[in-house]
Amino acid sequence: MTAKALLSIVNLHKSFGGVAATKQVSLDIVKGEIHAIIGPNGAGKTTLVSQLAGVLLPDSGRILFQGNDITRMPAHRRPHLGIARSFQITSIILDMTVLENVLLAVQAKAGHSYRFWANSGDDASLVEPAMASLEQVGLQNQAMQMAGPLSHGEHRQLEMAMVLATNPVLILLDEPTAGMGQEDSTRMVRTLQALKGSRTIILVEHDMNTVFTLADRITVLVEGQVIATADPDAIRSNPRVRQAYLGEELDSIPSEPHAEDSMTKSPPAC
Amino acid sequence: MSLPTLTLRGFVTVLMLVALALVPQLVELTGNAFLIDLATRCVILAIAAVSLNLILGYGRMISFGHAAYLGIGAYAVGIPVYYEIYNGYLHILVAMAVSAVFALATGLVCLRTRGVNFIMITMAFAQMVFFTFVSMEEYGGDDGLVIEVRSEFSRFINLEDATVLYYVCFASLLVVLYLVKRIVNSRFGMVIRGTRGNELRMQSLGFDTFRYKLICYVIAGTICGFAGALLGNFTNFISPEMMDWTRSGELIFMVVLGGAGSLFGPVLGVSVFLLLEEFLSGLWLYWQLVFGIFLILVVLFANGGIDSWLSGRSRRSHDS
Repeated sequence: MTAKALLSIVNLHKSFGGVAATKQVSLDIVKGEIHAIIGPNGAGKTTLVSQLAGVLLPDSGRILFQGNDITRMPAHRRPHLGIARSFQITSIILDMTVLENVLLAVQAKAGHSYRFWANSGDDASLVEPAMASLEQVGLQNQAMQMAGPLSHGEHRQLEMAMVLATNPVLILLDEPTAGMGQEDSTRMVRTLQALKGSRTIILVEHDMNTVFTLADRITVLVEGQVIATADPDAIRSNPRVRQAYLGEELDSIPSEPHAEDSMTKSPPAC
Repeated sequence: MSLPTLTLRGFVTVLMLVALALVPQLVELTGNAFLIDLATRCVILAIAAVSLNLILGYGRMISFGHAAYLGIGAYAVGIPVYYEIYNGYLHILVAMAVSAVFALATGLVCLRTRGVNFIMITMAFAQMVFFTFVSMEEYGGDDGLVIEVRSEFSRFINLEDATVLYYVCFASLLVVLYLVKRIVNSRFGMVIRGTRGNELRMQSLGFDTFRYKLICYVIAGTICGFAGALLGNFTNFISPEMMDWTRSGELIFMVVLGGAGSLFGPVLGVSVFLLLEEFLSGLWLYWQLVFGIFLILVVLFANGGIDSWLSGRSRRSHDS
């Protein structure tokens, strides 16, 4: 455990009916980094993130956030510490407008939701930060539209705007570009790049171009176990990683990736 | 807030409210005294339906026991009157307080379930109240009890006068509508509507959705308890039958018919429901058969109820 660690995962273990989905995982997340978690399907990436978010409780082990043990803290309290989560499957409120979705996120951060009288849509202390978040992801022009009929890419951007609106210290991002077309995923990668340094991000992602473009450090998970944690170059040349998982895919990654190049080369996600 | 342009929906709303406001004048003109009875019942049930809509429409908590509050409210008038306590303010206070406590206690249990389980458990609690009153022989058991004297307020509000009673009920409906409008557009209401749309998301944003739902559930029950106190005064009679599960079912139907999750929809739903009931029962002995078919058709085809039809959009077309 380093002193700089924002989040420390210590010997975390979780099994479902005898099958270990998380095996004695220990990991430190440093403040300000984008830390990617990669691994083949079924490696336990989402299970791990769910435990960090508090949706799943681990069987053993500890999770420390800013030095405090949050292992058993209920999911709805973690956002108040500054931990925000975006879902692998888009999770927004379809029968509300784009703006209302983000308003709720701002409201969650602001507290004071036991107000029964004043119209929240007229409340500048909610609307202004909400619009700012929408601008960050480029959805400001769709603010008044219902969220339901928007495109998949716009849903993911809205999701991101909701995450940003809670002004989080740590963002748990589960496949932010999953199912996106070229244009949308390029836009998402740009949005995330703009956050680099100001937020700590744990990124679970299948698309290797996205991972190697964004990540400061990468953890490789195989069958619930950490087989390596290192910077992208070291991961690229790590023989165990190559053997276990990436092999040929890693060869196609340019050694000094640029977002634009890598995005145009990458096959459509999914 | 600027005055919105008058849509068909707005036009019908205004028309309905004006018509309701003028019912006593209409009665005077036509000499049809029955009309004011129908209108009073309509307005009281509309308050109950609007309160149910707060949890059912805005929170998607499908309570199948909402009529229990009508019963509790009515008995909160009937029992004190039985002991010659006629103070109307006290009646209202007791009706709302007991309803709130009942909603809090049962909500703590019911809201831990969802879907069909929630429907069944709310119904079970309402049936418990039903049988409790059935077993209270002192207050007439299942035969019920006549309320000899209506609640007394002041010299100026004499509920024994049918017109005064009607206007008290109508004014109450307006107040309740305004109250619910404020609530659903407030921060609290946003949380409730967000929870309806995606509870998991709301939790991951940091909302303790259970507490918000519980508070909403208590507010709705308290308002309906108030409607119950009016109902007891109106019917001059209380009986467990007022809170039978079929009554709860009718309330749900009225809300769905009018448009769940729209402010004024339940008022339309109640009005259409009562008018059809009157009209059909006068036509044919087996009118309930026709009525039943109508109900099925509405549930199948009128997605979003009368309100969506007026506003020209299927409100739930993109809901999951």
